[in-house]
Amino acid sequence: MSKLLTWIDDRFPLTRMWEEQWGKYVAPKNFNFWYYFGSLAAFVLVIQIVSGIFLTMNYKPDATKAFESVEYIMRDVSWGWLVRYIHSTGASAFFVVVYLHMYRGLIYGSYRKPRELIWIFGVMIYLCLMAAAFTGYLLPWGQMSYWGAQVIVNLFSAIPWIGPDLAVWIRGDYVISDVTLNRFFAFHVSALPLVLLGLVVAHLLALHEVGSSNPDGVEVKKQPKDPVTHLPPDGINSHPYYSIKDIVGVVFFLFIFSIVVFFMPEVGGYFLEANNFIPADSLKTPAHIAPVWYFTPYYSILRAVPPMFESQFPGVIAMGASVMAFFFLPWLDRGAVKSIRYRGWMFKIPLAIFVITFLVLGWLGTEPTDFLGKLGEVEIATLLARIFTVVYFLYFVLMPWYTKADKTKPEPDRVTG
Amino acid sequence: MSNPPAVDTKRRRFLVTATATVGGIGAVAAALPFVFSLQPSERAKAAGAPIEVDISKLEPGQKLDVEWRGKVVWILNRSKAMLDSLKSLDDKVADPNSKNKQQPEYAKNEFRSRASKPEVLVMVGICTHLGCSPTFRPEVTADGEGFYCPCHGSKFDYAGRVFKGVPAPINLEVPPYKYFANDTKIIIGDDSGAA
Repeated sequence: MSKLLTWIDDRFPLTRMWEEQWGKYVAPKNFNFWYYFGSLAAFVLVIQIVSGIFLTMNYKPDATKAFESVEYIMRDVSWGWLVRYIHSTGASAFFVVVYLHMYRGLIYGSYRKPRELIWIFGVMIYLCLMAAAFTGYLLPWGQMSYWGAQVIVNLFSAIPWIGPDLAVWIRGDYVISDVTLNRFFAFHVSALPLVLLGLVVAHLLALHEVGSSNPDGVEVKKQPKDPVTHLPPDGINSHPYYSIKDIVGVVFFLFIFSIVVFFMPEVGGYFLEANNFIPADSLKTPAHIAPVWYFTPYYSILRAVPPMFESQFPGVIAMGASVMAFFFLPWLDRGAVKSIRYRGWMFKIPLAIFVITFLVLGWLGTEPTDFLGKLGEVEIATLLARIFTVVYFLYFVLMPWYTKADKTKPEPDRVTG
Repeated sequence: MSNPPAVDTKRRRFLVTATATVGGIGAVAAALPFVFSLQPSERAKAAGAPIEVDISKLEPGQKLDVEWRGKVVWILNRSKAMLDSLKSLDDKVADPNSKNKQQPEYAKNEFRSRASKPEVLVMVGICTHLGCSPTFRPEVTADGEGFYCPCHGSKFDYAGRVFKGVPAPINLEVPPYKYFANDTKIIIGDDSGAA
């Protein structure tokens, strides 16, 4: 066995790659609960790729057959229902895990120098995931697939001058049609996964280059190494220590994932919307169109901005900006320390407000705008969405000031456990 | 052994730039066919051809939904009550005089229809907000609401004019159309040669 390995290593850097990227990758010893979600995201990516490949074997990207082929997978293909529910649940699980992973970044300042590029690759992964989720949602060709795509593609037609032509170019037709379905399929099963994998590799290479952050913000890679173990005092090898820890995370995740897949795959209409069990009909709009839960915070922002200059472009801009804002986080945060443990209330309170804002916007986005009734002439839900949209942007815009003014405690030299 | 001649960096930089530029132009040129291949195909364009509809049996107050370019087009034979409701709404709708080019010139009037048959409304049934299809309100009420979009609550009157304070920014679109066969038939998507 070791002879074979030597033979390979002489021709391909197998052992070196393994040791640099994981086996001998020195990680801080104080990772806590929040550090599960990176490896879980990678795990869900594998679930999605594998289940996706098997769905592709029976799915037909054809407007007259797509809906039927999904039902065929559900009813006639052996274990097809399981593969499909794994994939549909996996899509939502991906966003759950990624949102928690991003929250980890926010509380421990994982985006701060020198990890700006890790963060930027991460936000690009997030955008790519959104594109993959959106294109994938059209494929079952249900009512929600169709009308959701209609609404989102029409966002592009709001762009001044080039908008209408751009929307036709994206659809390849004057309406969402078979042509659109076919190209979305191409993006969903080949182009986007390839880009996604490339970005994940970049994210991990960058991470393993600068080293992991941790809840104390201590730069483990800068500590002097022990002459015997060649490890910094607060560092441990990822393997076997974090291999084992991450497996615990995967097992726990699979418990919850399985409960959803086997007992509640639709999650009351949040993971799979009821209207999507009706075939797409271009002449009949469902009474209430809502995106799947992971897009609803941004959808709320889109709806909250009123049309200006007889154009709905400002709303589209606001929605785009609300996602793009994450890219600038490394430069907006001027705090003296990275981790929430050593920050003061002027960091903690805005963060708490931001989390609440994100959740409230997400909740409002799942409902029609009149669901809370009216206060005089104004819809209460619209009013709330407007207030929280402003708060959402204030979190980013005011960040340079409140993080700088924040009273911080000094970061320790050694991790605190 | 003589020393190798010194590198002519100026010449080298010129060659690198020239090669990169020519290669870049080639790459862009090669990408263009792929970009253009995403445009509507000839078949999709042909499917956008005009359609003929017989409206001789359309009673007042009745609405017919037809498909043109994959979009729903309404043909509504408006009752007298519907036409009357339009008159009082000028200050409640955003663009009462149809200033926005959401209709051909011949439909730029208070009924947003051809002068020869003012009661017949021909309209693309797609909300100008985000492309949903509004619901028809056949019973005329005091507020004159003719169409209601279930997606985001936009409201339109019986001429497709958008009410103020709703998400849709502009009036519903009137497609090009003309009558033939003694006004019993209508062509949607073509208005050439008609008065």
